[in-house]
Amino acid sequence: MSKSINKIVLDILSYAVLLFGALTMLFPFVWMISVSFRVPAQQFSRNIIPNPFTVQNYFDLFRDLPDNAFFYLTFNSFKISILSVIGQILTCAMAAFVFAVVKFKAREFLFALLLATLMIPPQVSLIPNFIIFKYLGWIGTQLPLIVPAFWGGAFGTFLLRQYFLTIPRDLVDAARMDGASLFDIFWRIYLPLSKPAIAALSIFVFKDAWNDLLHPLVYLPTDLQKTTLTVGLAFFQQQLQMGGKFTVLMAGAFLSILPLLILFFIAQKQFIEGIALSGMKR
Amino acid sequence: MVYGLKPLGREKFWLWLMLIPTLIGLAFGTAGSLLATLGLSLFNWDLINPPRWAGMENYVQLFENKDYIEAFVNTLKFSALYVPGVVTLSLMVAILLNRKIRGVHFFRTVYFLPTVTSAVATALVWNMIYGKETGILNFLLESLGFAPICWLCTDNAMMSVVIVNIWGAIGEGMIIFLAGLTAIPRDYYEAASLDGANELRQFFSVTLPLITPSIFFQIIISAINAFQAYDYIYMLTRRGQGDSSVPVAVYSIYRNAFHFFRMGDASAQTIQLALLVALFMMIMFWWERHYVVYE
Repeated sequence: MSKSINKIVLDILSYAVLLFGALTMLFPFVWMISVSFRVPAQQFSRNIIPNPFTVQNYFDLFRDLPDNAFFYLTFNSFKISILSVIGQILTCAMAAFVFAVVKFKAREFLFALLLATLMIPPQVSLIPNFIIFKYLGWIGTQLPLIVPAFWGGAFGTFLLRQYFLTIPRDLVDAARMDGASLFDIFWRIYLPLSKPAIAALSIFVFKDAWNDLLHPLVYLPTDLQKTTLTVGLAFFQQQLQMGGKFTVLMAGAFLSILPLLILFFIAQKQFIEGIALSGMKR
Repeated sequence: MVYGLKPLGREKFWLWLMLIPTLIGLAFGTAGSLLATLGLSLFNWDLINPPRWAGMENYVQLFENKDYIEAFVNTLKFSALYVPGVVTLSLMVAILLNRKIRGVHFFRTVYFLPTVTSAVATALVWNMIYGKETGILNFLLESLGFAPICWLCTDNAMMSVVIVNIWGAIGEGMIIFLAGLTAIPRDYYEAASLDGANELRQFFSVTLPLITPSIFFQIIISAINAFQAYDYIYMLTRRGQGDSSVPVAVYSIYRNAFHFFRMGDASAQTIQLALLVALFMMIMFWWERHYVVYE
């Protein structure tokens, strides 16, 4: 008897804590959306429901910012993120295939070296890369944000390799009997059979590229035609706060997270599996 | 036996072709960069004049440079507040969700949201929430009878930034812990419950020891993230001249390298950050050998 009362009390407590936490998690998003539909005079109002309700801020975002900046920023973010996904999937999958399937002399050494780089903080490449890109004349272009995505990476390679290892060897041996080349086996067997892992990695790469602030800030400081939404928003924060237009800023913030929110609700399983997978990465 | 397809004839060429991007990445992206940064840290270079040999000078200066010491101490302070916060809160959420509660799916989604969305966008709204006169948080405090707090003033900025960073990281920790918790065999709980252990007792005798691998992993991940924290700090504590009220190591590296073009100093700072990460990992792996329970 006392046991079940105990359980009920614990249940109620659990719900109370979880609900409080959930409200804390959600509130900033609710507030962002709420402010974005207000008239500027109401921007600091304490009412969650905008009164009067307006969509003007979303139009202002495109109209008031100079030279269609918001349009360019959005386009650039999409462009850089999608190219990053293509680069990472392609180059990580190729390396992962070689490490998982092909036998050659330097395999163990190279793979160990690649894994060891997981422990190097990514900031380490910031300065040497900047210097290389400067000598190539790439500062001020988007190339420094795109090209590194095409040179593989320990995390993606490891994630895909682990998945490749689960694909039955019989398939490979059978294909080999039929005279398939290494590249055929990669392209026709491993890639098509690895869609879940590729989806999880794509989402991760897209998210990281979309949300990246440091790299665009280094390479494309304030050129609003070329830089990404994150740098653009950070720049508008200074501009708009001076003009006191938080409502437009919140509309921009909301639009900037919308693609990821949509992606998250479509592919929630992959997001969460990706995190669980990354739990095994070290 | 190690399984492996033998490349046939010309396929050796394909093999290396498929590896080329990764090899370039090792040379320019990670391993090579570490060596290059190490080399650069021994020079003074502004990218305009030719580099000048400095030897250990840049490292010695780190210990004399008040700004950098402040940034380094801030990074340590930040980590000391952030890591325990993320680990305990996300473990708590995961344990509560693991109690076969209704609406797990809803809660999981909500807690995960800040992990998905960009720190820049959410920092903008946090900036409003934290507003001194206009922010909703101080409004709530005042209506509960407390004095308002200047959340982003220098004295409180560290705490406010830690709160936002924890808010943004609970979702990821929760998923890691949920994966660890669901891996604990149900039999253990049944056996404990037959022995008369109540839920609290079960937690301390079964759950906690068996979740130590996840805790270990989560501490490492959170600490590495903490050492590299940048986005929220840039957005919430940046001041007019481009400096910050809570400068941390990465902020200082960024400023030195790309505002003042002191490549040598910035490289020495980067190496120090990498050493901090390495030292921390060593301590953690020592700790793992002694305290982490693997089945």
